[in-house]
Amino acid sequence: MSKSTSTQSKSLLATAWTALPEAVRKLDPRYVVKSPVIFVVWVGSVLTTVLSLLHPSLFSISVTIWLWLTIVFANLAEAIAEGRGKAQADSLRRTRTQTTARRLAADGTEEAVGGTDLRPGDRVVVEAGQLIPGDGDVVEGIATVDESAITGESAPVIREAGGDRSAVTGGTTVLSDRIVVQITTKPGETFIDKMIALVEGASRQKTPNEVALGILLVTLTIIFLLAVIALQPQAIYSGDHLSLVVLVALLVCLIPTTIGALLSAIGIAGMDRLVQHNVLAMSGRAVEAAGDVNTLLLDKTGTITYGNRRAAQVYPVAGVERAELLAAARESSLADLTPEGRSIIDFVAAEQGEDPGAHSAATPIGASIVPFTAQTRMSGIDLADGSQLRKGAGSAVAQWVSAGGGAPASDLAAIVDQVSSAGATPLVVAARTTDGAPRALGVIELKDVVKPGMADRFAQLRAMGIRTVMVTGDNPLTAKSIAAEAGVDDFLAEATPQDKMALIKAEQAGGRLVAMTGDGTNDAPALAQADVGVAMNSGTSAAKEAGNMVDLDSDPTKLIDIVAIGKQLLITRGALTTFSIANDVAKYFAIIPAMFVGVFPGLQALNLMGLHSPSSAILSAVIFNALVILALVPLALRGVRYRPMSASAMLNRNLLIYGLGGVIAPFIGIKLIDLVVALIPGLG
Amino acid sequence: MPTTLSAVASIATIVAVLAAIHVPLGSWIHRVFTSPTHTRVERAVYRVSGVDPDSEQKWSVYLLSVLAFSAVSIGALWLLIGLQGLLPLSLGRSMNLDTAFNTAVSFVTNTNWQSYAGEAGTGYLVQTVGLTVQNFLSAAVGLAVAIAVIRGLAREHNDRLGNFWVDLTRGTLRILLPLSVVAAIGLIATGVIQNLTEPTTITTIAGGQQVIQGGLVGSQEAIKELGTNGGGFFNANSAHPFENPSPVSNLLEILLLLAIPTALPYTYGLMVKDRRQGLAMVGAMGFLGVGAMALMAWSELSSVSLEGKEQRFGPIWSAIFASATTSTSTGAVNNLHESLQPLSGGVALLNMMLGELSPGGVGTGLYSMLVMVVLAVFIAGLMVGRTPELLGKQIGRREITLAALAMLITPALVLLGTGIALMVPASAGALSTTGSHGLSELLYAFTSAANNNGSAFAGLAADQPFLNVALAVCMLAGRFVPIAAMLALAGGLGRQQRRPATAGTMPTHSLSFVVFLVLVILIITGLTYFPSLALGSFAEALQ
Repeated sequence: MSKSTSTQSKSLLATAWTALPEAVRKLDPRYVVKSPVIFVVWVGSVLTTVLSLLHPSLFSISVTIWLWLTIVFANLAEAIAEGRGKAQADSLRRTRTQTTARRLAADGTEEAVGGTDLRPGDRVVVEAGQLIPGDGDVVEGIATVDESAITGESAPVIREAGGDRSAVTGGTTVLSDRIVVQITTKPGETFIDKMIALVEGASRQKTPNEVALGILLVTLTIIFLLAVIALQPQAIYSGDHLSLVVLVALLVCLIPTTIGALLSAIGIAGMDRLVQHNVLAMSGRAVEAAGDVNTLLLDKTGTITYGNRRAAQVYPVAGVERAELLAAARESSLADLTPEGRSIIDFVAAEQGEDPGAHSAATPIGASIVPFTAQTRMSGIDLADGSQLRKGAGSAVAQWVSAGGGAPASDLAAIVDQVSSAGATPLVVAARTTDGAPRALGVIELKDVVKPGMADRFAQLRAMGIRTVMVTGDNPLTAKSIAAEAGVDDFLAEATPQDKMALIKAEQAGGRLVAMTGDGTNDAPALAQADVGVAMNSGTSAAKEAGNMVDLDSDPTKLIDIVAIGKQLLITRGALTTFSIANDVAKYFAIIPAMFVGVFPGLQALNLMGLHSPSSAILSAVIFNALVILALVPLALRGVRYRPMSASAMLNRNLLIYGLGGVIAPFIGIKLIDLVVALIPGLG
Repeated sequence: MPTTLSAVASIATIVAVLAAIHVPLGSWIHRVFTSPTHTRVERAVYRVSGVDPDSEQKWSVYLLSVLAFSAVSIGALWLLIGLQGLLPLSLGRSMNLDTAFNTAVSFVTNTNWQSYAGEAGTGYLVQTVGLTVQNFLSAAVGLAVAIAVIRGLAREHNDRLGNFWVDLTRGTLRILLPLSVVAAIGLIATGVIQNLTEPTTITTIAGGQQVIQGGLVGSQEAIKELGTNGGGFFNANSAHPFENPSPVSNLLEILLLLAIPTALPYTYGLMVKDRRQGLAMVGAMGFLGVGAMALMAWSELSSVSLEGKEQRFGPIWSAIFASATTSTSTGAVNNLHESLQPLSGGVALLNMMLGELSPGGVGTGLYSMLVMVVLAVFIAGLMVGRTPELLGKQIGRREITLAALAMLITPALVLLGTGIALMVPASAGALSTTGSHGLSELLYAFTSAANNNGSAFAGLAADQPFLNVALAVCMLAGRFVPIAAMLALAGGLGRQQRRPATAGTMPTHSLSFVVFLVLVILIITGLTYFPSLALGSFAEALQ
């Protein structure tokens, strides 16, 4: 932990150092004007610069320097945030080398064209070792593709024509075989192009909440500007004439420079956090919407469960020892290479306290395998000694037993019913010794196994006010039992894409925001309808086009992380705004007595911090104001710590940390700075 | 200490009575504005004025109705005051054109700033037909706007906010009029005068001549307090023995001016179908209002000076009245605010600077508080990681822009107004003293006008063209810009779909939100006015 923190802070320092020239370059007013709060500081700095040149004094020069530093620090925050993205963009750009495409003409002949000349609808051939020239769908063939250029994941993935794994991305490399790709995007608008633009922040647009917060900050700036402008006539009337440098210093300390300086860095860093999670958001709006989500639609398979059924229990029929059933179950599965079969071996091994690897999955010598077919609906093994083992669907095995002259166990049907009514799949095991009639031994319960920790995560989501709905193709009975086990709030069984769409619309009609994941083409309408639609990168182009986020890892569980990132983004903005405004209280107590103590000595009573002199007080406030920006850069980039909890608990916590902390911190900070500043000779 | 105890007991009495009446009064107001039926008198009013009482208005039309009605009212009142010399029952009184304009604006905006000396500028006719009528109507306008704003929050998929003419009529006829009749009878019973006698001239003990004027004071006094108007019949306002003869009438007046503003949050809770919202709002209002009252009483007791106070009220009831009148946009006074201790003078100023929301004027207090609620919801809402919502309505760009406009206008008027006035020789010369006290006089005047309070620090010779016009502009902008912004805000909220409340929704009724709301109000107000207060009241207090 400590090691990773130190490397992280080192890299942050290094990034800050490299970003410094950029931060200074951004002092250009054409750039600064984009952030109104900082622009006010800029105008103030120009003013004090002129004044210091006309009437140089240590005080005015010091204030001027720190005002300029305030802007540099603000620019630095943004430059660091952008710098992180730029590094990623550069590595992406390196992969986007000029490729030559082998375009198929209508008559089937190939012609070599530049990658940039491809148009949607063109078909190109890509073979092992070649770069895919553009985004598209595989229309012919199957290939392994190295997508590490965009996902960072080195394991190759399979892309094939038809189905939900047909999409390929330009810039990735075909490792084996030959595919024909139909291009779906224009050059310059490909996935990699979008990614580069996104991580660079070039296409970054302010999100709705950011715009609203910006308006609030401008309003506060105007109010404080008026308060400072109106101060001069009041001071003159009171027999004092305030220097313009002091007025500028007061203004800069009052306007919300802290949040104003960090606002865009927070936004860029939020998008960047998503990128670090290998998620690409097509718009900042989508990230904010993720924080607002009320309902999560989660596919059962792969998200909530491991995706295949596993042996969970065995039930022997009356008169059969459990050990006998376990042994038969294991033996019948030795040759069964399906995940279910492996899970039976694992289960038996765990029951008997053995290492699953102790028994190799090798078929016993002389045995012959009876494979599963759709007709027999059972599989098994015929051993060398002539005995037979079968396992399969209840009716099929029962038929095999009676066909061999055996009598089915009286309680078998009851066990089968009991297992299936619990939502699990019963697998009946039967055996026939060399001389006897076949008999049923018992039932293996195959269950969809819920991933560990899911119930906890759903409970956390519930505490945050987010409802989870499990979507599955299973029958309602199975769905209900898994839903209960996983702890989701609701489920949609035997779901068709239409059902999913209807559910989303119903939720939205109730004023709720819905997030979902999807990969197939038939998910596309629902992905488009959902407020947050996360398409799996392994999915089809249609799905990726319809969603507003793409998960490069194709991990549906990540939806929960995306929600957390969205919330964290908003919380960081709110917390730093509160902190920024709360800071002003202390600054007033530093500056106001300093300004007027000459005319009204009684105002010395307001000098709560016991600051050294009026000049040191004002300068200390200005220095604190600048340094606090720098101090908060890591927080702005990392985001405030976020733990799932109810809104009221979160409000209390953040009010305490950023509200109360924001009031107290500057009292301490300004006092400490003043102790140092007081040592400067000749400041007055 | 018996005085401390009696101060606590006095404030507790007021809180207890208001707590008792706010539920029935709030429910009654709710019934009045949600009832589908019209009375016979109302039907007649609608027929004569050509209003279709069953058609509702969009926010823009509602706003235009408010503006048109107020513009006509200002014009009519200006004309009436200007022509009063030609009309009967005028006792030969007259006003300058600019004073008349200032007065017309002042009474129509529910400010009731009086740059003229009450009985010396107006005769019986203007007092009764002009000023008292506006005392009703301006309060009813504020009430109507508040109700329309609440409708926006309460409704869903609906761009209508109600019918201004119906709300105005009902507020006047069903709420203000009956309550005033009862209040007037109560006041007259305590000794407030009610007559139309010619002024009598008497010889005082010292041998001087004094003119004693009568008038329909009781009826005007009732609506003056109930409608948080504050424009006195006499220049001495509620310090005058004919307006406020005894401690009992004083208590009654304090209760009257607080009654409707403290009951409206209950109406709000009923209308949005969540009474906890109303409770939270009245909690925030009450904390600020009672806090200010206690602070002023403490300050007046810490160094008792009866200068500018009435013997029959004493320091405690003078302080309570001063706090109640400045925190309700009433502006009636039972003592000379200029003679308050510097700290209490500062608190009186602060009460107005908060934006008249603790509990504020009739209707205006509620929507002014909602402005701050919207801002607090926005900041706090971000801190819980959701797009901020108030009652399930999202607070986005449009909402923040409008709330910010409503919040920005009064500080802008006060600060720019004071600054400019200090640089204009005419107004600087109007100050009665120099130094920090003189600054407070001018700051007080602009704060009072922009927040539509109407009380004066006194001492300021305000009846001169520059100040008359400047303050009238402040009154107009301070009244109608927030009204426009809040109606627009409500119009947008009414169209929005409501999002259901979940554990992820920030509760706007919890104690922590109320604390946050109070802090936001105090910090933003404090930051805006701290320098001015420091140079005025603080400098004086710390001398």
